[in-house]
Amino acid sequence: MTLPLLSLIVFLPAAGAAVLMFLRNDDAVRWIALGFTLLDFALAVAMLVGFDTTTHEMQFTETRPWVPALGITYALGVDGISALFVFLSALLGWICVLASWAAIDRKVKEFMVSLLSMQALMLGVFCALDLFLFYVFWEAMLIPMYLIIGVWGGEGRVYAAFKFFLYTLAGSLLFLVGVIVLYFQGGQTFDILALTARDLPFHVQSWLFFAFLIAFAVKVPMVPVHTWLPDAHVQAPTAGSIILAGVLLKMGAYGFLRFSLPMLPDASLYYSTLMLALSALAIVYGGFLALAQDDLKKLVAYSSISHMGFVTLGIFALNLRGLEGGILQMFNHGVTTGALFLFVGLIYERTHTRSIADYGGLMKVAPVYTAFLALFTLSSMALPGTNSFVGELLVLTGGFAASPAFGAAAVLGALLGAAYLLGMYRKVALGPADARARFKIHDVNGRELVAILPLAVFVLWVGLYPKPFLGIIDASVKHLLVQVHGNGSSP
Amino acid sequence: MDPVLSIRPLLAVAVASLAALSVLLLHNREKLRDLVSPVAAVLMFAIVASMAPTVLAGGTVDLRLFEILPGIDLAFRVDALGMVFATVSSLLWIVAAVYSIGYMRHLNEHAQTRFYACFALSLAAAVGGAFSANLFTLVIFYEVLSLVTYPLVYHHEDEEGWAGSRKYLVYLMGASKSVLLAALALTYHIAGSLDFRAGGLLAGADASPALLTVVYFCYLFGFAKAAVMPMHAWLPAAMVAPTPVSALLHAVAVVKMGVFCVLRVIFNVFGVGLVGDLGLGIATAYLVSFTILMASVYALTRDDLKARLAYSTVSQLSYIVLGAVLLSPVAMVGGIIHIAAHAFSKITLFFCAGSIYCASGKRKISDMAGIGRRLPWTMGAFFVASLSMIGIPPTAGFVSKWYLAEGSVEAGQVAFLLVLLTSSVLNAAYFLPVSYSAFFEAESGEGHATVREIPLVTVPLVATAFLSVLMGIFPDYFLTLANGVVR
Repeated sequence: MTLPLLSLIVFLPAAGAAVLMFLRNDDAVRWIALGFTLLDFALAVAMLVGFDTTTHEMQFTETRPWVPALGITYALGVDGISALFVFLSALLGWICVLASWAAIDRKVKEFMVSLLSMQALMLGVFCALDLFLFYVFWEAMLIPMYLIIGVWGGEGRVYAAFKFFLYTLAGSLLFLVGVIVLYFQGGQTFDILALTARDLPFHVQSWLFFAFLIAFAVKVPMVPVHTWLPDAHVQAPTAGSIILAGVLLKMGAYGFLRFSLPMLPDASLYYSTLMLALSALAIVYGGFLALAQDDLKKLVAYSSISHMGFVTLGIFALNLRGLEGGILQMFNHGVTTGALFLFVGLIYERTHTRSIADYGGLMKVAPVYTAFLALFTLSSMALPGTNSFVGELLVLTGGFAASPAFGAAAVLGALLGAAYLLGMYRKVALGPADARARFKIHDVNGRELVAILPLAVFVLWVGLYPKPFLGIIDASVKHLLVQVHGNGSSP
Repeated sequence: MDPVLSIRPLLAVAVASLAALSVLLLHNREKLRDLVSPVAAVLMFAIVASMAPTVLAGGTVDLRLFEILPGIDLAFRVDALGMVFATVSSLLWIVAAVYSIGYMRHLNEHAQTRFYACFALSLAAAVGGAFSANLFTLVIFYEVLSLVTYPLVYHHEDEEGWAGSRKYLVYLMGASKSVLLAALALTYHIAGSLDFRAGGLLAGADASPALLTVVYFCYLFGFAKAAVMPMHAWLPAAMVAPTPVSALLHAVAVVKMGVFCVLRVIFNVFGVGLVGDLGLGIATAYLVSFTILMASVYALTRDDLKARLAYSTVSQLSYIVLGAVLLSPVAMVGGIIHIAAHAFSKITLFFCAGSIYCASGKRKISDMAGIGRRLPWTMGAFFVASLSMIGIPPTAGFVSKWYLAEGSVEAGQVAFLLVLLTSSVLNAAYFLPVSYSAFFEAESGEGHATVREIPLVTVPLVATAFLSVLMGIFPDYFLTLANGVVR
């Protein structure tokens, strides 16, 4: 009997949340929360160290009967794709705790409990190998996220939280219908791997594809179901934004990778042009929206829509480079956009304004802050040498192979990205420094630096030596291609 | 000849990067800080020079760090073309480092630490680019160069500085995040690699001529630092920078990085054969001929000396590209050695502009009448460098223009001989009046009574003027390297 590593990773934050409920002192709550998330991160690192990159098979699997009558089991396991996101979620977990250290000053205990519950459920989604279990985690995530936005958010938090809840719930209900259809069509099992092996007729695949599409597209989010995102981000506290951008948005793309592509390969191939078109639309439309923003948080939020368009473009290019680029870009977006939301949060804590027009000449007063902001801004616009460039190059190469027109649209999105990101940086950090007199801004402190540094490391690590990261996903992606294209015909 | 494996290419980059770090650390010990750059420059030049014998003998110095993606490594390879660019940049950094100290101290400029740090990083990026073994590595250094020169352009932090630097970044980043990015992705898609190959990476590739043509022009305009019209407007805008920056970076390192990248694409990505087969050589030749003539006409109309020099640079850069796309060996040699010839002479001209500004505060040519009698060394050097720009023996410019002219005849394209001649006449028309007015006209306005040469500024510009003549008399080093590229 080996150590149930994945169960530990998934439930450790939940145990932490349980412990926190018995505490009264806010500082103790913060430290304990940090301790649990750090320990969880250590376990995730251990999982990656022990991960065998040569196989696409599920690893660290655990199976226990749960509701045998309905074929429901408690089954966990990770392949290369999910392993990468378990790691990302665990990394962002403790960074979120640090980001909330001073920003959250009321109902600290309740906040950390929500945060850790959220953490557990997200990890559960990435580890679940049983569709029912997956659905439980997937739906349960809504509750802590609703609370994080709705209780600790900004002035319009109730509206934003409700909008978020409605959109996601609507998508999830269609997903539930899909799950039930899949259960009966796939031989009354919830075993994801068994369902993947089923060869469903095309018309069933088509219906399921669209049911899943709406559920996942809301999460990604893809245009036109993206409108909940800017509201949610603007109102959410910093940690909420980091989770939303860093992990929650990845759930939609992960859904495509785990369900749509392997279970519905014919439909995925058939509708891939549609998906590419929607992705290109998101890239360009999101870019133009970001270009028009004066609110820092909205700008980053709309940039996420554009960047997630790159992810789905890569995925539905349905070739090796596109898929690897898309998945790598999911990771990169988690790191970089997570960092950008952290930076917006840091400056908002000091000035209580997010309007770009209120800033200028920050470099003179907060040189460390602006230096790191430069790094993450450049990473977000995919400067060669940073993480996003590797992903973007792969996505574009895959995209051009799939469709030159949509590849060209994506290039336009990249150009827009440079425009709004560099424009934002210039207005905030450089320029005549007359606005800065209004603020007494102190530079980043040690605690904040601890949260920033690991993200900065990943920006350059993936940018200059992406091999270990691509190595993790490589076998699984190749297997996925075989599942989609059938043996021997994968490009 | 087997490639020599060595860490020296990386070392050359590291020396300049460490220099930048030292500058930052020594920010409140000014004398020591100012010493860092000249010392680092000498060290870097020594490292570059130590690889010269291998390259002159037809070999390469290689360093492969690790794989980025399948078919893409982070890797260095010092070959003849890279050696031309690296020699010029590192040699002129020594001179420019001394000049900068004189210039910055005399004008008591602000933010000198940032200035020296960014300056050193620019050289790290330029030499890193020169030694890159593939497009991926090259593009990293190319972009770093854009970024670290940006603070140098907005250095004065006045309205003019912000506006100029904004234009600078919009053009350079805009081009690289659009057409260049597309070119890279398409190249990787077609060839499965981004390596530089001797006969061209895309030679024999399975792709339609139309697609290859698109990729080619994406590169030509994507590398906006080469300033082929209409991607040239950033260069005059960059003239708001302090003059040492205009001299070394916007006459040598940055702009030569642009044409260097274009030459890499022609020689090692497409290959001369493919460029010829697609009929792209002659198309590009007409395109850059337009730039050569048009920029010269612009230069004629500018009264601000640095602006005139900037448009002259736009024009001269296209000479280099013209040499390459004529696709005859002699013309290619001419284009390649023009990298060095133009560098030595144009840096002298900028140094002179800075010397005049330091000594008198004058920027407009119309205000410089009679100044030659007060600044004989400066204006003497200006005259020598002007002769080289026009192409009069025994200067460096004569050698490269000779090869270009002979090459266009060899290529059977006599039309371009006419372009070269017309351009030379235009060069004479916008340079010689400056010297004439400085030496022979009466002092204008209030006169230049208090104007004196500043030794720390004058010595470097005399040295580079001397280099311009020296290369005219002994062009062997660069000719050998250029022949190595063409072979």
